[in-house]
Amino acid sequence: MPSFENLGFMKILVCISKAPDTTSKIAFVDNNTRFDENGVQYIVNPYDEWYSLVRALEIKETIGGNVTIITVGTATDEAVIRKALAIGADDAVRIDADPTDAYYTAVQIAEYAKTNGFDLVLTGKETINYNGSQVGGMIAEALDLPFISLASKLDVNGTTLTLEKEIVGGLQVVEVALPAVVSCAKGMAEQRIPNMRGIMAARTKPLQVVAPVAVDLLTSYEGYSMPAAKSACKMIDPSNMDELVALLHNEAKVI
Amino acid sequence: MSVLVYINSANGLHKSAFEAVTYGKKLGGDVTVITTGNTDSGTLASLGKYGASKVLVDRSFKGEDDQQLTRVIASAAEQTAASTVVFSHDLTAKAVAPRLSVRLKAGLVSGAIDVPSGDGTVKVNVFSGKAFGAVKVNSGKKIISLLPNSLQPEETGVDCGVEDFNGNAGESKVKVLSTKKPEGEIPLPEAELVVSAGRGLKGPENWGIVEDLAKALGAATACSRPVADIGWRPHHEHVGQTGVAIRPNLYIAAGISGAIQHLAGVNGSKVMVVINTDPEAPFFKAADYGVIGDAFEVLPKLTEAVKKFKASGN
Repeated sequence: MPSFENLGFMKILVCISKAPDTTSKIAFVDNNTRFDENGVQYIVNPYDEWYSLVRALEIKETIGGNVTIITVGTATDEAVIRKALAIGADDAVRIDADPTDAYYTAVQIAEYAKTNGFDLVLTGKETINYNGSQVGGMIAEALDLPFISLASKLDVNGTTLTLEKEIVGGLQVVEVALPAVVSCAKGMAEQRIPNMRGIMAARTKPLQVVAPVAVDLLTSYEGYSMPAAKSACKMIDPSNMDELVALLHNEAKVI
Repeated sequence: MSVLVYINSANGLHKSAFEAVTYGKKLGGDVTVITTGNTDSGTLASLGKYGASKVLVDRSFKGEDDQQLTRVIASAAEQTAASTVVFSHDLTAKAVAPRLSVRLKAGLVSGAIDVPSGDGTVKVNVFSGKAFGAVKVNSGKKIISLLPNSLQPEETGVDCGVEDFNGNAGESKVKVLSTKKPEGEIPLPEAELVVSAGRGLKGPENWGIVEDLAKALGAATACSRPVADIGWRPHHEHVGQTGVAIRPNLYIAAGISGAIQHLAGVNGSKVMVVINTDPEAPFFKAADYGVIGDAFEVLPKLTEAVKKFKASGN
């Protein structure tokens, strides 16, 4: 992997995914086997944009480097890639395939990273549509690199990273030598709004389309369903909390 | 068929461990547990009650580097010829299960909420809890990480044997500089009862009435995003899309309007009680029980009612 020849110049690969806008109506078509994209506005998955992309740009601005964004997606996803370029990434790579399986997606990105050499690979904590939190760890294993999961702080000191990350029931500060893979959670950076100059510049930034490598699909989504409709909320008189407790015990059976 | 269940026993055994072993048992076949660290064998043996036939423990390794932990679990999977590896879907699983998936070339189902259905698919939350997906694993080996509070632990057997295991963790590339753990609190994702509050509480000095209710119920406390952002409450209490996603049996929210991003973190709760002064608060649409009223009056009354209920022998 990366040679890390030039201190003070980091090659950063930021993995982005498209995701439906958080206000999108969630519905399914084709006998509930496919997400209904009708009228859905796609955005850069917020964790990929707010946390990993912005932190990558901050590192580049402080110590120098190059920020490449990569996505596995079809030609229709280029609008989302341009949005990420407008925020400030230098160039983009699209692996031309439909990302239906996390393993498939991760191996595609790992192959590209292996060939092109990066010091740091960043992902968001999870996508807001599939919430799997899988791709980052899979890339790391495929590249035999350390993976820091759900980091809320990332600082670069020469060729090492100092990170703060959540662990079960607490917080840990760790140090790891580059190259490494990091998934970014809240606290990492603040959201940036692209300005007009960025949007104009994004139109002409390099976007390379790469053919996928042959990889097995380890999982597939066979169907979707919606939660049962909630029955109407039962209103309780604020002066009668004994009634609420009785309902929670006798009717809801949760206490 | 052989099932391997990874248990994080670093802080003793929690309900999520019993759930994961119960889940492994329900998959059918022989269940082996793999764990690391110093928890005494007597405690680990109790996992037999939930269906484990054997516990393997790598005592040489504390389980702090995810890459090493992946190697240990992979060795155990190889030794037991496991066709399925089960995790509880916590922060360790999020770091380790994807690595193991690549290492074993085993399809990973993250955040399962049920045992596999008749057609072999596993139900998961998608779209931040707004819908369910049915995931099929196409590979011979599988990894399933189970969302906490998705099934009840079932005691069906007796204590099992505990064996030392050397999983060849190998070298670590990660150096731990410091670890901070809150003492004596119920871990939020595992809590069955949660009392949560938002900006409606007006200031951190007013959290006493939230803590009083939580204490009376034996519940964990949580909060909304703005409250964590302005520092009224610690970040690990923040539930919602960018914070922790939880699915307790009971979620009581006071002074939280119920924005879509907050709902994404709590809509897996079995029962929701919403207390708000604003009858138009969107949270009432998602709630099972609603109280239109001032949290400063309602919470202390609810605490008294809970105490009375508990004192009557419940």
